[in-house]
Amino acid sequence: MDFPVEVILFLFLLATALTVALLEDLFAAAMMTGIFSLLSACLFTLMDAVDVAFTEAAVGAGVSTVLFLSTLALTAQREKQHPFTWFPLLLVILTGACLVTGTLDMPHYGDPKAPIHVHVAPEYIAGAERDFGIPNIVTNVLASYRGYDTFGETVVIFTASVGVMLLLGHRRRRPGPAHRPTITPEGAARMRDFAIVRVVSMGVIPLIVLFGLYVQFHGDFGPGGGFQAGVIIGAAVILYGLIFGLSTLQRVVPSPLLETGIALGVLLYGGTGVASLLMGGHYLDYAVFDSDDPKHGRHLGILLVEGGVGIAVTCAMILIFYSFAGRALAREAFDEGGGGQ
Amino acid sequence: MNAHLLVLEVVVPLMAAPLCMLLPSKPAARMFSIAVAWITLYLAWSILGALGATEHGVIAYELGGFPPPFGIELRVDWANAYLLLLVSGIAAVVLMFGPGSAGAAVAEGRHAFFYTAVLLALAGLLGITVTGDAFNVFVFLEVSSLASYSLIGLGRGARAPMAAFSYLIMGTIGGTLFLLGVGLLYQMTGTLNMADLTTRLPDVLDTRTIVLALALLIVGVGIKLAVYPLHQWLPNAYSFAPSVVSAFLAATSTKVMYYVLVRIIFTIFGAAFVFETLHADYLLLPLSLIAMFGGSLAAIYQHDLKRLLAYSSVAQVGYMMLGLTLASATGLTAGLVHVFNHALMKGGLFLAVGCITAQVGSSAMGDLRGLGKRMPFTCAALVVGGLALIGVPSTVGFVSKWYLVQAALEQDLLSVAALILLSSLLAVVYVWRVVELCYFSEPDATQVEVTGRPPVREAPLGQLLPTWILIGSTIIFGLTTDLTVGTASKAAAQLMGVGP
Repeated sequence: MDFPVEVILFLFLLATALTVALLEDLFAAAMMTGIFSLLSACLFTLMDAVDVAFTEAAVGAGVSTVLFLSTLALTAQREKQHPFTWFPLLLVILTGACLVTGTLDMPHYGDPKAPIHVHVAPEYIAGAERDFGIPNIVTNVLASYRGYDTFGETVVIFTASVGVMLLLGHRRRRPGPAHRPTITPEGAARMRDFAIVRVVSMGVIPLIVLFGLYVQFHGDFGPGGGFQAGVIIGAAVILYGLIFGLSTLQRVVPSPLLETGIALGVLLYGGTGVASLLMGGHYLDYAVFDSDDPKHGRHLGILLVEGGVGIAVTCAMILIFYSFAGRALAREAFDEGGGGQ
Repeated sequence: MNAHLLVLEVVVPLMAAPLCMLLPSKPAARMFSIAVAWITLYLAWSILGALGATEHGVIAYELGGFPPPFGIELRVDWANAYLLLLVSGIAAVVLMFGPGSAGAAVAEGRHAFFYTAVLLALAGLLGITVTGDAFNVFVFLEVSSLASYSLIGLGRGARAPMAAFSYLIMGTIGGTLFLLGVGLLYQMTGTLNMADLTTRLPDVLDTRTIVLALALLIVGVGIKLAVYPLHQWLPNAYSFAPSVVSAFLAATSTKVMYYVLVRIIFTIFGAAFVFETLHADYLLLPLSLIAMFGGSLAAIYQHDLKRLLAYSSVAQVGYMMLGLTLASATGLTAGLVHVFNHALMKGGLFLAVGCITAQVGSSAMGDLRGLGKRMPFTCAALVVGGLALIGVPSTVGFVSKWYLVQAALEQDLLSVAALILLSSLLAVVYVWRVVELCYFSEPDATQVEVTGRPPVREAPLGQLLPTWILIGSTIIFGLTTDLTVGTASKAAAQLMGVGP
């Protein structure tokens, strides 16, 4: 029997997690969480969950690492020293022991007779071709059978950005040169000076956006969909902002536009459901969109809701980045004003 | 229209939230969110009416037209119809508390976001309540939790964001444990639909994985419900949040989580398995008794009115848990009745604190001195709400405790019945502290001059009206119990009958 590669990946995952917990340098810890996400993405790929792997790689290794680093720019690089206490460690070990012993009699990994493979899954597999004509079963399940959950998840992203904007109080910038920040963050200015970084990113960013669009519209057939596309396009735009500075980016994509975008994305998803209600079906029953050819109606419905997800996620990613980076900018301006005597 | 009531109950606030964000001005966003909350209340009332017309007391709705267990099902019986009415009713009243987001530190031009977050919290709570799908509970739990964290972080003062952050950490751990539990259930049964779980679980109940799943679900929900000793996040979160937010969350969030716990134990796993096979009551009964006493004792020693009320909430969760742990129709009725009644009193009391903080600028116990003369209506609300907390006859608190004591006596648990009455005496102590300061102490003369604030006056009508709607209801529902006890006992009978 071959030694399963999963075991090696899980060992790496464990080592990475322990390193993150033990590291006192938060910058290094943030980078390690990126590696943790990449390893998880590899595991998901091995489990044939390519769509999930996609999201994990883009969000975990990409966007959330950037957000961690933006936060570190505002706080401190090193962890505060706390006296060691036994209770949390004991609690974690006890919980872990319960989880291991408690699941000893669960179905084996990959067992074809496991309940998850024999109850609802056969219908999902058969239905994808019969009722939808969509080869990517995952996209199909997420957008149709469990479309209401996916709507909820889109609203979760929306809620997260509303919360970030409420708490970080990122203010609307009025257009006009007088209100534009004259000070750019040190880091951004330095990044822009590296010709290689500048030229390479200029070449790569359009391709990333193009790939994001492909993932968005090809989601029915290959791995992908609105979430993945939104994160990829969002990451490309954030990369542009990291290299050319926040104020340059905000001239291209102003925050009021993004705020409207998130709201419209959620409304597009929910509105598709309302439209199906008005046309006499149940909420999110796409078959009513084309009474002659339900398959076509369902295609249309999935295209619309995935579009809503894509728009909402793209805007949410960029807006959350604005709130963090804008905070760093304000603080740097404050420091320079206060320190430059 | 009638067929789609269930989905509209969630979709209306869910779609209203992004619309609210796009509204240009603060008054527009406020009026819009109030209107939406009243629409959800109307829908909840219609659902309750429609439920009365059905034969078995169940309404189900297939989302996307996919039959369960393949699609997601919304499923309402007496228990969740009752909760829907409570949550939407509280939202409708609390949102009227004005002017605006009183007590919240919202940046200029961001007020529409505040109301958006409130609508999202409301939609999340309604979504959890209305669904018949275990994973769907998690999705809406995330929506309502994220919205609550941001709302709590808006409290004035530097400690509000920290309180929100520790609630976020605790809440996320709870959510993760819940998700793990649902995952294990799915692994062992292949389904996420609650009704389908009920039929498929008995085959695998003897596995250790299912026991672990139950443990994860109970602890996960227990954190969000603030079951003793998982309540540490609650006092800080409720005392540093804006008063309106405390009123809304105290009256709805823990109540919905209580419903989820009831649903898990009585519908999904069945009371027989949880209490007769596993004897979860050996653990839960002592914990609820400790909560009743520990929460009330802690409340006595607080120096801040909001904190006092928060600790009292910990104790009240104990009463609800006690009703659940007794695992009888009467006990469950008592628990569900107390869910409703406690929501009215705590909602009203936190709004009264909101009146005080808006006028006085603080909710410290010391600042209550002599307030009875200057804010007579607000202080009267505090007194009536306090009497309900104690459980004085003709208030809702009496109704709850009456049924709780009855449930204990049914099972010959004389000592438990005695402890319920004894713990009420502790409530007398902390409520009396407030009454004494309001009516029998003179304000500190020097303090008034130092602060240089204008003399304290009675709160405006926009604040008194919602406060008194809730406080008045604690009397009304203390005298007529048809709606509360009637619906709760139907729900309890249904829940006890469903289990294997």
